[in-house]
Amino acid sequence: MDAYIDIKNMSFHRGDRAIYDGISIQIPKGKITAIMGPSGTGKTTLLRLIGGQIKPSHGSVVVDGIDIPNANRKALFEARKKMGMLFQSGALFSDMTVFENVALPLEEHTDFDEAMIRDIVTIKLQSVGLRGAASMMPSELSGGMARRAALARAIALDPALVMYDEPFAGQDPISKGVLVEMIQRLNSAANITSVLVSHDVEESLSIADHVCILSGGKVILQGSAEEVRSSEDEQVVQFLNGLADGPVPFHYPAKDYQTELLETR
Amino acid sequence: MVAVKTLFTRVTTFVESLGLAGIFLAQSLFRLPVRFEEACLLYIRQVYSVGVLSLIIIVVSGGFIGMVLALQGFSILARYGSESAVGQLLALTLLRELGPVVTGLLFAGRAGSALTAEIGLMKTTEQLSSYEMMGIDPLRRVVAPRLLAGITCMPILAVIFSAVGIWSGMLVSVYWLGIHDGSFWSLMQQTVYFDRDIFNGVIKSFVFAFAVVWIAVYQGYVCHPTSEGIGRATTRTVVMGSLAILGLDFLLTAAMFGDF
Repeated sequence: MDAYIDIKNMSFHRGDRAIYDGISIQIPKGKITAIMGPSGTGKTTLLRLIGGQIKPSHGSVVVDGIDIPNANRKALFEARKKMGMLFQSGALFSDMTVFENVALPLEEHTDFDEAMIRDIVTIKLQSVGLRGAASMMPSELSGGMARRAALARAIALDPALVMYDEPFAGQDPISKGVLVEMIQRLNSAANITSVLVSHDVEESLSIADHVCILSGGKVILQGSAEEVRSSEDEQVVQFLNGLADGPVPFHYPAKDYQTELLETR
Repeated sequence: MVAVKTLFTRVTTFVESLGLAGIFLAQSLFRLPVRFEEACLLYIRQVYSVGVLSLIIIVVSGGFIGMVLALQGFSILARYGSESAVGQLLALTLLRELGPVVTGLLFAGRAGSALTAEIGLMKTTEQLSSYEMMGIDPLRRVVAPRLLAGITCMPILAVIFSAVGIWSGMLVSVYWLGIHDGSFWSLMQQTVYFDRDIFNGVIKSFVFAFAVVWIAVYQGYVCHPTSEGIGRATTRTVVMGSLAILGLDFLLTAAMFGDF
């Protein structure tokens, strides 16, 4: 397997709590990889680690041959030009129009003249179906449109890697369908490596070539979508089928129920 | 023992945050936007939102403070029969003290809190992360223009404040209280010196601007990315900014006018 991102034996702590405890994940080049797991397992943190916004306490994160945690500021910013990230909230710059948002990375990182930038932005907006919304402000867009505009911005520089942070969260079925199709189309057309962080099981499994399930700071399963579906691991079964009780308990740890009820004050 | 330990951690956290704020300031000031036109555009936008939008509150407050000063000054000076010196009193108090200090306090409340809230909200909505992931330094793009605009706007606002104050004080003393306008202006002209009074006042407002804007952008940048965190950071900007102005004012006054 040709790994675009290679995470080896990586640990990350927030305060005293270990978010990751020695995990290793390989993300294949040119494929869609879905990182799944219950809320609070630090899936977004993983994307931040890949983008170099935070550093792991141990282990290595190598993206396209670049050792991200040990890269200097300049190398890191260079590496980020080849990464696009779609934030959960879209994170469009609220003081710019949709057009200006998409144009910004081009203005910053290329020598293209205005006409060229205008053409590229128009093409990117057309590909997400928002050419007509170019002059709108982010506050005027619906949630689904904002996410599509943000996607246009993320792919403005034709990155080799696109990371999606919970792309389906809070979207109506139509928007979900649109996003699923766009992620798929983008990946096959431009041979982009895609990393998808999500807990929407159906949408993710339908497009992912490679799946990685995290729980409790560990990788509990890595493999193809079929391997995941046929897994008999209790944790995986609970997560995929949305069972209320299982290895992830319904009750937050507490003292004995009966004792607490009978306790006198 | 516990008290000593708490005090110790308080002191170390304070020193630590001071150091972090210092690094933050240095990084922002030495990383100005690369392209000149873009830098100008970002700077002008901020001058508008930080400076121009603060004009109304500055002009109105300056007007009222000048009028009140003229009334109070007149009632006290009239006891000694020297009510014509009210122009001198107005000019010196406004230029040396009230202009820079009150402008600073109003600026902390009006523009400082807005800066903190704006940057804090950018952090909460992942816009700052988004800049970083795009390979654009948010310090350069977001913080530096705001810092520079604030530092350059406030001295100008302070001068406007003093000018409006003197003018409105003149209206009260000359047209209402009946002081002869010739003696009002000539006494002022005789006793106000450019280097001692006007220039020192500008230096003061420059120092205050630096302190307030630095606190404001830093608080916004490091705030806890929740609505509660933004609220706290905004409050802290106004409280710390105001206290910093008053403390610095004492030090500067002692240094400028302290040798008798």
